Amino acid sequence: MAASANQLRINLAINDTVHGLDIDPRTTLLDLLRETLDLTGTKKGCNHGQCGACTVHVNGQRVLSCLTLAALCDGVQVRTIEGIGTPDDLHPMQDAFIAHDGFQCGYCTSGQIMSALAVLEEPWGPDAAAIKEAMSGNICRCGAYPNIVAAVQEVRKGLEVDRNA
Amino acid sequence: MREFALIRAETADAAIAALTAHPNARLIAGGTNLVDLMKEGVETPTHLIDINGLGGLDDVQARGNGGLMIGALASNSAVAWHSDVQVRFPMMSEAILAGATTQLRNMATMGGNLLQKNRCFYYANHAARCNKRAPGSGCDAMDGVNRMCAVLGTSDHCIAAHPSDVCVALRALDAVVHVTGVNGHRAIDFADFHKRPGDTPHVEFELAHDELILGIEVPGLPFAANSTYLKLRDRTSYAFALVSIAAALKLEGDTVDDVRLAVGSVGTVPWRSADAEDAMRGAPATAETFAKAADIFFEGAIPRAGNGFKIELAKRAIVRVMETLKERAI
Ligand SMILES: Cc1cc2nc3c(=O)[nH]c(=O)nc-3n(C[C@H](O)[C@H](O)[C@H](O)COP(=O)(O)OP(=O)(O)OC[C@H]3O[C@@H](n4cnc5c(N)ncnc54)[C@H](O)[C@@H]3O)c2cc1C
Ligand code: FES
Ligand code: FES
Repeated sequence: MAASANQLRINLAINDTVHGLDIDPRTTLLDLLRETLDLTGTKKGCNHGQCGACTVHVNGQRVLSCLTLAALCDGVQVRTIEGIGTPDDLHPMQDAFIAHDGFQCGYCTSGQIMSALAVLEEPWGPDAAAIKEAMSGNICRCGAYPNIVAAVQEVRKGLEVDRNA
Repeated sequence: MREFALIRAETADAAIAALTAHPNARLIAGGTNLVDLMKEGVETPTHLIDINGLGGLDDVQARGNGGLMIGALASNSAVAWHSDVQVRFPMMSEAILAGATTQLRNMATMGGNLLQKNRCFYYANHAARCNKRAPGSGCDAMDGVNRMCAVLGTSDHCIAAHPSDVCVALRALDAVVHVTGVNGHRAIDFADFHKRPGDTPHVEFELAHDELILGIEVPGLPFAANSTYLKLRDRTSYAFALVSIAAALKLEGDTVDDVRLAVGSVGTVPWRSADAEDAMRGAPATAETFAKAADIFFEGAIPRAGNGFKIELAKRAIVRVMETLKERAI
């Protein structure tokens, strides 16, 4: 993309670090994360809102970063997979994906996990059918779906146990 | 994507002024439709006017008469999960939740949903002819891949189906769209908001360039508590409808006392038939009555080579939905 005459400045927090950036207004949040900030954990699948690989949280809600213009993200809080866990200290959802073989090639996985974390806060019913619907925005070409559902359900049940303890 | 300048509007007046100053400007709300079409080169605005900073337009207000006023910037998710929407107008909540995915519904606004573009395969395909994208170029859907296209309200120039789910429910519920512009506020009946293609398929909405949607009013309708939305599609989730039904039913004994019925993805606009509803009112609430109404609904339908199946599919779906609502009403 050639430099634009319309550069504009945005300030936004990504994984609790505040960034002040001069951007071309055409930049998507996805490209800002991957190309400008080198946060390549968030993936580009379709680039048209159809696959969910680019799922991140903006102000606590899961959204598609490929259809989000960075120019509209002034003042927002973004959370990406890099802000969830570290290799030495995985988030329980990441542990559950490993325990249940919730991926094969792994390309969709960061998006799956960002969606799965949001699902924990959303008003879905308790059964697996509800999880299938809740997670339908994250396509997995490797077809790890049953294992993904199992991982999400395990974490949800764990939370239930914690809450009742 | 073509270059554009961003304008952040803090008030409706500022947004209207920016629209007036720039004939090729577009408002942007959730961006889920517009950004995609800008990437496709179908939308090439010189200016984007960000209306997300407009205050007071993102809530759902319950009205005393049992109705609702829904802000144009309320997210599709917020409306779908809102308890007043779920209790008073279940068809609306179900329609929203049947559309797109949570990520998209979190971003998408109600105003943007009303103005979403059609999903005809040829619309975003620059190699194809399309009278909506390039007026006067022709319509490749007529004799092309028209499986998703409309059978009602079509013209010789366009057969694209209206793709929205929630608009089907809003049509059944006689919603009113509140807009403001250079000439002040006006209220537009939902039936008039979306335009059939006729000779000008590119003119899609009853909305001037300088106008923006402020909110959507859903009038009180007590029997809409017994309503539902059925969406039939190629896969169970994350797909546009082949046909969809939004209906509400009120019985008086074994007789249909009142009914609302709109069908989605079969018309060039969200479709309703006064004759079909009249045929049910006062008639026995039986499968025969519902099937007769379904026949009336599709009188005058014009199938193309690929989409004739929609007529029978929708008729059976109407009967199934009415039977379901009948059981719930008893
Ligand atoms: C992969 C995918 C699947 C989808 N599946 C479905 C589905 O199954 N069912 C369904 O119903 N929808 C579906 N959608 C469409 C989705 O519902 C719409 O894209 C969304 O509702 C648009 O809202 P928005 O706020 O993002 O609009 P934007 O993209 O911001 O705007 C859309 C248009 O509306 C105009 N606009 C926005 N707000 C206003 C306002 N207040 N006043 C005047 N003009 C305004 C803009 O200028 C623009 O022209 C899908 C979308 C995608 C990308
Ligand atoms: S890359 Fe965003 S949805 Fe596919
Ligand atoms: S693990 Fe390969 S796409 Fe999901």
